[in-house]
Amino acid sequence: MSINNTGIGPKRKVVGAHYGLKDWLAQRVTGVLMVVYTAILFFTFFTASNYSYEGWAGLFAQQWFKLFTLVTFAALFYHAWVGIRNIWMDYVKPVGVRLALQIITIGWLVACAVWSVQILWSV
Amino acid sequence: MSEAVREAPKKERPEFRNIHVTDLMGYRLPLAGIVSILHRISGGLIFLLLPVVLFLLEQSLRSEYSFAYFQGIASTPLVKLIFLALIWGYTQHFCAGVRHLIMDTHAWGDKDSARKSAAGVLVITAIVTLLVALKLFGVF
Repeated sequence: MSINNTGIGPKRKVVGAHYGLKDWLAQRVTGVLMVVYTAILFFTFFTASNYSYEGWAGLFAQQWFKLFTLVTFAALFYHAWVGIRNIWMDYVKPVGVRLALQIITIGWLVACAVWSVQILWSV
Repeated sequence: MSEAVREAPKKERPEFRNIHVTDLMGYRLPLAGIVSILHRISGGLIFLLLPVVLFLLEQSLRSEYSFAYFQGIASTPLVKLIFLALIWGYTQHFCAGVRHLIMDTHAWGDKDSARKSAAGVLVITAIVTLLVALKLFGVF
C-alpha cells in the first residue's frame, strides 16, 4: 500500500490511524480459523465411537491436534482483544479508565493463553 | 456591519445528538441492528466466560479422576445454564460472523437481503439453543 504524502491530489493522506484495515483483516483471518476448528471438532465428535475419557484425551494427546488447538486459541485471544478493545473505545470515554481496562484485558488474555498451553500439554 | 444585522435575533438551530441510554427502550432497532448489538453482547459474554471454559477443559483433560469430576459438575443445573449461555453466545456470534464474512464479498448488501439474513441468524441461533436446552435438560 503506497501513501502519497505530498499533500497534493485526490490520493493524499487525509486522516486516520491506519490500523483499521489491519484489525478488519485480523478479525476475518482469526474468525475463519475458528470456523474451521469448530467444523473439525464437530466432525470428530459426531464420527467418534469412544465417548469416555480415553476417547476425549486421546484426541488431545495427538501433537497435531494440540498445536491446532493452541493456534486456534491464540486466534481466539487476539480476536477477543480486537473486539473487547472496540467495546472499551466505544463506551468508555475517560482516557485513564479506558487505558486501565485495556491493560487488564491484555493481561487477562495473556494469562489465558499461558493457561491454555498448560492445559493442552498436561494430556 | 449595520445595526440591523447585528441585532437580528439568533435563529433556534436544531441540535442533533446520539440517543441517550434512557431512550434505548423506546427505540426500535431493525433486525440487522438487533443482530449487530447481539454480536457485541455475545462476544462480551464469551470473553467473560473464558475462565469457565478453560477450567472445564482442564478438568475434562487432566486425568480420569478430573474427568469424572467434570462429568459431576456438568450435570448440575447451574453449570448446565452456563453451558446454555455459552452455546447461545457462541452460535449467535458464529452465525453473525459468517454473515459478516458473506457480506464482505458485497453479497446481501441491499436492505431486504440484510433483513432476511439477520432473521436467518436469529432463527438458526434460536433453534440450536432450543435443541441444546432440550438435550441438556434431558427431554431427549
